[in-house]
Amino acid sequence: MSDKIPVTVLTGYLGAGKTTLLNRILTEQHGKKFAVIVNEFGEIGIDNDLVVGADEEVFEMNNGCICCTVRGDLIRIIEGLMKRRGKFDAIIVETTGLADPAPVAQTFFVDEDVSQKARLDAVVTVADAKWLSARLKDAPEAKNQIAFADVIILNKTDLVTPDELAEVEARIRAINPYATLHRTQRAAVPLDAVLGRNAFDLDRILSIEPAFLEEGDGHHHDHDHDHDHDHECGPGCDHDHHHGGLKHYHDEHMQSVALRLGEVDPEKFMPWINELTQREGPNILRSKGILAFTNEPKRFVFQGVHMILDGDLQRDWKPGEARESRIVFIGRDLDRDALRKGFEACAA
Amino acid sequence: MSAGFPPSKPAQGMTSLVQNVSPIAAGAHVIAAAFPGDAPALALADGAVLLGEAGERRIEAHPDAGILVAAADRKSFVTGGDDGRVVRIGADGVAETLADEKGRWIDALALAPGGALAWSTGKRVTARDEKGRARAWDAPSTAQGLCFAPKGYRLAVSHYNGASLWFPNAETPPEKLEWKGSHLDVTWSPDGRFVVTSMQENTLHGWRVADKKDMRMSGYPSKTRSFSWAHDGQWLATSGADAAIVWPFAAKDGPMGKAPRECGIRPAKVSRVACHPGALVVAVGYEDGFVLLCRLTDGAELLVRKADPDAGAITALAWDRTGRKLLFGTEGGAAGLLSLPA
Repeated sequence: MSDKIPVTVLTGYLGAGKTTLLNRILTEQHGKKFAVIVNEFGEIGIDNDLVVGADEEVFEMNNGCICCTVRGDLIRIIEGLMKRRGKFDAIIVETTGLADPAPVAQTFFVDEDVSQKARLDAVVTVADAKWLSARLKDAPEAKNQIAFADVIILNKTDLVTPDELAEVEARIRAINPYATLHRTQRAAVPLDAVLGRNAFDLDRILSIEPAFLEEGDGHHHDHDHDHDHDHECGPGCDHDHHHGGLKHYHDEHMQSVALRLGEVDPEKFMPWINELTQREGPNILRSKGILAFTNEPKRFVFQGVHMILDGDLQRDWKPGEARESRIVFIGRDLDRDALRKGFEACAA
Repeated sequence: MSAGFPPSKPAQGMTSLVQNVSPIAAGAHVIAAAFPGDAPALALADGAVLLGEAGERRIEAHPDAGILVAAADRKSFVTGGDDGRVVRIGADGVAETLADEKGRWIDALALAPGGALAWSTGKRVTARDEKGRARAWDAPSTAQGLCFAPKGYRLAVSHYNGASLWFPNAETPPEKLEWKGSHLDVTWSPDGRFVVTSMQENTLHGWRVADKKDMRMSGYPSKTRSFSWAHDGQWLATSGADAAIVWPFAAKDGPMGKAPRECGIRPAKVSRVACHPGALVVAVGYEDGFVLLCRLTDGAELLVRKADPDAGAITALAWDRTGRKLLFGTEGGAAGLLSLPA
């Protein structure tokens, strides 16, 4: 696992600041070398890193999985890069502003050669604080990118009023309450906010709580960093501006559904989740769950991208820890009642 | 793939040729092996080509860059790099730049028997005939594999949803061979009757060129990334399974309705295959670094190299013209030259 090269996928609508963020990552003094897969040469100026042009060729897999699309060019590029793996420590994939992150993410689960050598670390979405609200209305791509994200860089906060900022954050949270959110200007975030997130690592899915409601010891400021306006509003952040002024929106088409239950019968749950993701996979962008199976001392953890599911038994339930099962879906036109009934039918 | 052939003898009891192998410290992922001018040569991912029995001569074919693909004929080794250059290295070690695509990766490369060559970057396929006249064509999607017809100046290009057969010096549009899915490498049978591709979905697909009749060769647990035709042109050895899968192509409709032979069954996947130039023997390289020779007629096996997980998978394997020498290289930068006892 540790031998696999981590891959960060950088998405964001046109003009949000992806290239600015990429340049920041590459020019910061971190002693790391990156292989960067970009769509257009010329915009990034770096000496020490490998830069590769990509064509964003998305194709369907003939495996009977209707939403199973992958990036063919990425398979080929990663195969080529792996022949020179001593030359870099990590890979960053920059997608075009109109790209759907799913085929990129799925490439790392579907292609055997790629998944043996590289692992998806996180999907990072850069959003423009001034224009995102408008794009969420007229650009389905922008909505997909927010829904899919593990980390959201809400950029250009200096161009909006505090009210407008609260508004756009609420709109983001209506779609994806689980991503870690950073407010930035000129995409100034510390590197570790973007890289080394292990967002797809089952061992790291410790809890699934909406990021802006969770409190606890996970809180850390980025204020010691030299970019004053950067602020991690991730799990555990309990600042006023989150709780006080947070508006609640409901996005008409893209939403998250979180469900909880006590112990679950794996004989019922596994067929249900498999069938559900096969049937509703095109609409379910991301899913995650931590489950308490009957007579199982360990927690079962899964995560999914559309129809692709990855699950395993993880650590033991701790003494005194409530044996509770929780699942989360982010997707389009999710039928909350049907999901709830289906999940409840899996109760032990 | 239906079985029906008895498994070969276990590896332990195999006659060994290990003593006849001299090691070469390649030092980087070996992309390809060849014998230009009858001298052993290795193309490396660090941009160099090593020449000589001990790899003693290092030619910086792609300085500060890497070799992605390579092809060879009797006289020279041609390499394509991530610097966008196509370079020909002669047996004398002289490197000549044939093309410069300005940093765009050279994704595929093919040589024709008469000295023509072709390369691709993304969708753009360029063919250069033996007189040096270059013509370009844009494939419908990224060109994944290239292979010249055994006779005539015609190029097979594999891509998404099929392959195209292109006459670079004719104005006629390329002939399409269609099959849904992503096609990776492509090979043309030595008699010119069949074109075969490997696919993303762990299968091979073939077409009879005369009537475009489809052939599906499935059952592989992983992708086939190495093909080799037997010297008589009647067998196609392939990688991607726990044995070299060898398909019979002698019949009019190729391997249809026939079971392939399985050579060198081991608990490791085959990563490279190379058929002997004069006998029905296939050299088989595995993901764990193991190499053996397997005779098609009776399945008899000879050990060339034991498993060496530290050196990684066999990534290059080639016979010399006479069939007395076999050159191999690995992912981890190990290599060796087998000289068969007289």
